[in-house]
Amino acid sequence: MTKKSRLHLPRVPARPGEKPDFSYVQLSPAGAVPRPQVNTRARDMMPLSVELVRVLDDNGDAVGPWHPHLEASDLQVGLRHMLLTRTYDDRMQRMQRGGKISFYIRSLGEEAVSVAQGMALRPSDMLFPGYRNQGLQVVRGIPLVDLMCQLLSNTRDMCKGRQLPVMYHSRANNLFSISGNLATQFPQAVGWAMAAAIKGEDNLAATWMGEGSSAEADFHHALLFASVYQAPVILNVVNNQWAISTFQGYAGGEQRSFAARGPGYGMAGIRVDGNDFLAVYAVTQWAAERARTGGGPTLIELVTYRGAAHSTSDDPARYRAKDDAEHWPLGDPILRLKAHLIKIGEWSEARHQAMAAELEAQVAASWKEAVSFGTMTEGPRLDSDLMFEDVFKEMPQNLQRQQALMRKERNS
Amino acid sequence: MANMNMIQALNSAMDVMLGRDPSVVLMGEDIGYFGGVFRATEGLQRKYGEHRVIDSPIAEGGIVATALGMSVNGLRPVAEIQFADYIYPGFDQIVSELARIRYRSAGDFFAPVTIRTPCGGGIRGGQTHSQSPESIFTHVSGIKVVMPSNPFDAKGLLITCIEDDDPVVFFEPKRLYNGPFDGDPNKPAVPWSTHSKGQVDEGYFKVPLGKADIVRAGAAVTIITYGTMVHVSVAAAAALNMDAEIIDIRSLVPLDVDTICTSVKKTGRCVVAHEATRFSGFGAEILSTVQEECFWALEAPIQRVTGWDTPYPHAFEWEYFPGQARVKAALKAVMEPA
Repeated sequence: MTKKSRLHLPRVPARPGEKPDFSYVQLSPAGAVPRPQVNTRARDMMPLSVELVRVLDDNGDAVGPWHPHLEASDLQVGLRHMLLTRTYDDRMQRMQRGGKISFYIRSLGEEAVSVAQGMALRPSDMLFPGYRNQGLQVVRGIPLVDLMCQLLSNTRDMCKGRQLPVMYHSRANNLFSISGNLATQFPQAVGWAMAAAIKGEDNLAATWMGEGSSAEADFHHALLFASVYQAPVILNVVNNQWAISTFQGYAGGEQRSFAARGPGYGMAGIRVDGNDFLAVYAVTQWAAERARTGGGPTLIELVTYRGAAHSTSDDPARYRAKDDAEHWPLGDPILRLKAHLIKIGEWSEARHQAMAAELEAQVAASWKEAVSFGTMTEGPRLDSDLMFEDVFKEMPQNLQRQQALMRKERNS
Repeated sequence: MANMNMIQALNSAMDVMLGRDPSVVLMGEDIGYFGGVFRATEGLQRKYGEHRVIDSPIAEGGIVATALGMSVNGLRPVAEIQFADYIYPGFDQIVSELARIRYRSAGDFFAPVTIRTPCGGGIRGGQTHSQSPESIFTHVSGIKVVMPSNPFDAKGLLITCIEDDDPVVFFEPKRLYNGPFDGDPNKPAVPWSTHSKGQVDEGYFKVPLGKADIVRAGAAVTIITYGTMVHVSVAAAAALNMDAEIIDIRSLVPLDVDTICTSVKKTGRCVVAHEATRFSGFGAEILSTVQEECFWALEAPIQRVTGWDTPYPHAFEWEYFPGQARVKAALKAVMEPA
């Protein structure tokens, strides 16, 4: 028999009805991966992009060189932000199911990514989020009511009814407008960072996408420009294993880690346990210091698992093992940080229950306030005249005419 | 005032803006040290430094995207796409991002990016260096589209575009870089110094967007055109000794509908001319508007002069190009409808 080439199709470890199998996820023990100096050359720390930086071990202890030694109060804030994110997600999911909002995307199981990274950056750093980064909005203190009004496309919607739910933005809080198209924010963040460097400011840009989106050309443009100009940017690939039904192997994750694209382009690449709050915080802090001291960009791959459906329009039971999430080897980010805080004597089950109840009440009260500004079906509505504004800074003649025609149509 | 060809006028516009506004930066392939393949940015990196006149990787998608990111961080990038034929890798960033930032963020973010790009044929560029893709962009909400036909307008319009808070795609008809071209490739080239619009103010001045220029006033027929076809139309009308009113629209978005319709209502006859392909071309938009607004004033069906609906063929450039013969045929048809 002569050998022949044969089209290779990436293997999906467990389809519906099969036993979950995460043997493909390469793990490193907590504390095992060395922490290089922030000014180390990319080529001299290649293993960082294939090993897995972890701080929290299975006993809830924080170990090894990446331990960020945060104050207990900071950890409690992180836990609070993560739990608020999840509480908000759960409630908004229910509101979508109840027909109050048209669409929703949860970040279940990925809360540490946005919350720890958001906390590790400065308020003056510009964030270019994807659509599963609501934790960034929480960290930056965007009132839940504002987020909810965006979901409702109501009279207080920051987007004036122009965007699908979850495509938030906040200029005042340096949160860029979420596109809804995949990957486009990645090279934009690089451009923002290039401008910061041109102006000689020490702010950096950070951006997020899923591993599935890294297949897009924009991902590669971002890495190329970031590397060429050594832009102060942190490029985050959230590897949650699934892009709707497309397994990470189809984005090229089977042959090489996503973090390894970093050294491939001549920049630092770090693969980190995305469900380990402390590890995520530590690598982000490292990348931020590197960027601010002229060391250029870092690509961080955050290894996590998409605990929920892609969106409210998706049903993962049709393409992956139903109990997959329960077998995910890196656990749940909230439970892990909670266990650590209890272990170091800074938290308790009772305090956790009390906080959960408080956050539930906060979310419920915010929703009540948000719907007072209108929903898709009841209460006040945005004026449809707004449709014609902000296409350009000044409304051109053709839009003025169409606006008048629409008014006439509306009133007929 | 100085004699300038279109390259010098564009260079002067960027020079003036780099000097006036520290937020203006240039970016593109070969534009820095080398000064651009058409020399439009010659000397500017030497004068303003490598951080303001930036050589970029050969990645149009990356150029547009990073320019957008820079603009959100307070800069006014002028990005050069080396040929309009190469703009498509950046298309998603233009259409889905640049054109939408203001709208989707309800005005909280905006992207003052100018994309300069040479377009059009007549330079033996074949099908990958000759395209006129303007109507692909005029169809997109949220992006302005401009095409000058002479050095004076090129400079004044480019300064306006750089200062504009909305994104602009700025097409430069490259056959006009060195002189007005009347469509006859066999005649000796004419330099811009022979043309009144080759006299350009050396300082800061603006030509407004959305304001057409009546290149020649006339009473018999209105020719609505832009880019290279302005000069071809002028020559064809002169050859027929026809009292044509010739309108250079200059900016396609926003469009000066008033000037167009006032003229057609006066003359009662209308020819629309562009170099780009005919089907779904920008001429169809003008024609439709004229029909809606001027129908009762029209004496004859509106005529369209365009390139053929084929790619731009290398060996048949002049059979493809809508030269004077095609304009004359349209003028005759509009004067004497069958």
